[in-house]
Amino acid sequence: MTRIMDHPILGKLNDRKAIPFTFDGKTYEALENETVAAALLANGIRTLRIHEESGTPRGVYCNIGHCMECRVTVNDQANVRACLTVVEQHMVIESGKQHPTIVKRMVEQQ
Amino acid sequence: MMDVIVIGAGPAGLAGAIASANSGLKVIVIDEFIKPGGRLIGQLHQERSGEWWNGIEESERLHQEAITLSVDIRCGVSVYNLEKDGDLWNVHTSIGTITVPFVLIATGAAEYPIPLPGWTLPGVMSIGAAQVMTNVHRVQVGKKGIIVGANILAFAILNELQLAGIHVDRIVLPEKGPLSGKAGEPEEVMKSLLHAAHLAPSPLLRIGSRFMKNDWFRKTGMKFFPKNGVKVNGTPLLLRKAAIEVIGMKQVEGVRVADTDANGTIIPGTETVYEADFVCIAGGLYPLAELAAVAGCPFQFIHELGGHVPHHSETMETPLEGLFVAGNITGIESGKIAIAQGTTAGYSIAKHAGKCGAVIDEQLNQAIQNVRLIRMQAAIQFNPDIESGRRKMSELWEKLYEKPANLHSTQKLG
Repeated sequence: MTRIMDHPILGKLNDRKAIPFTFDGKTYEALENETVAAALLANGIRTLRIHEESGTPRGVYCNIGHCMECRVTVNDQANVRACLTVVEQHMVIESGKQHPTIVKRMVEQQ
Repeated sequence: MMDVIVIGAGPAGLAGAIASANSGLKVIVIDEFIKPGGRLIGQLHQERSGEWWNGIEESERLHQEAITLSVDIRCGVSVYNLEKDGDLWNVHTSIGTITVPFVLIATGAAEYPIPLPGWTLPGVMSIGAAQVMTNVHRVQVGKKGIIVGANILAFAILNELQLAGIHVDRIVLPEKGPLSGKAGEPEEVMKSLLHAAHLAPSPLLRIGSRFMKNDWFRKTGMKFFPKNGVKVNGTPLLLRKAAIEVIGMKQVEGVRVADTDANGTIIPGTETVYEADFVCIAGGLYPLAELAAVAGCPFQFIHELGGHVPHHSETMETPLEGLFVAGNITGIESGKIAIAQGTTAGYSIAKHAGKCGAVIDEQLNQAIQNVRLIRMQAAIQFNPDIESGRRKMSELWEKLYEKPANLHSTQKLG
């Protein structure tokens, strides 16, 4: 998605330093002091994880920390809310992955 | 040691911190978000006077004032528990436990979700999420959007998205059902919009005023509501279309809608798909009060206030000694009211702490008057019956927690 560079009331977007981070192994640029959620959306990324059991995609829902839908892994710390976390230089971010559901599979096979 | 911990650095929390610090108390403010201001930083609308209410500037003003008074503001910190220990409160946060005699909970509001099939697809978000992404983060949420739900907050944010050059293609209602309630009934939605328009012919509602002020619509109701909707600031408002499902493979590709009758019942065979790359769900706001519940505060459901609210007095006290509340946790109202309530809570805390002698009574009284005044002058109300909701709480408080004035003399006589 595009950044809103010029706003009729809020003015121009401040000049901010671009900082590199990686998401699922690929390098992207964030602006200093922006959240992981905003930086990823600005890079056109909406899917932050897939559901642990079903594997269906998930993104930002509430954007202010209540809904927990945007959880990602940041520098090996799991379940971090992308909407409340500021991107730091060379941050390593991983999307949430599907978990094995061994018991469920076993039950299904019976 | 700190005297006061304020949970939430929004308009109520910052104003509370300022009033407390002004009275000589040591105050720390905790907030989960990356910067202070709360939901105020997303707000942007034109006042009746024509001036813009710029939430970012208002937040900055409050933030600077708090800093000048040496308030310690910590952002990016979560509070997950609080408990009473003798005369003190232990507040457990992600940076450790903070022990204080006074706690002000000013956690604001959250949005009612309206679940519908497909709503977990990336690109579906609460309307508030779009507001924060647009005005705070300055990233476009998409190219072409559909808003599900027609209420005051949705219209305000529609306007903000348009200001930022984001195309909102249509506003439709959620499908009628137990989770959408009246938000899925065209007649009810129309009634509440007309009520709002009647109360507030403000520039905020200018966007839909032509149809809202129209008596013909009031009288004929939904029966003759145009099938193609009426335009709200250029965006068709389709009160007789209900969103049935959000469709898309990996992200939002569109919304399946159907025509409804005036009560919101789907008319079979009228399904169609509107293309979109983002969807905003606008279910309205409710007081975000988990921490007051965790603390053990009693609650009351008051519809006009937006849901369950902690018992509180007009001086912003709760029944729990040392625990105060302010802002949207006490009922859904504007940021201006939140500031005024925060100031009240701040002085109320100072009074309990024995600060400032006789002056504090005057300050507290003035702060309470100010809340009433701002409520009266408000251009817009989230709930037109807010006064009645406030009255219910104050009567409840009187009944439960205030001794009758003549109790002592009666006892003496006996």
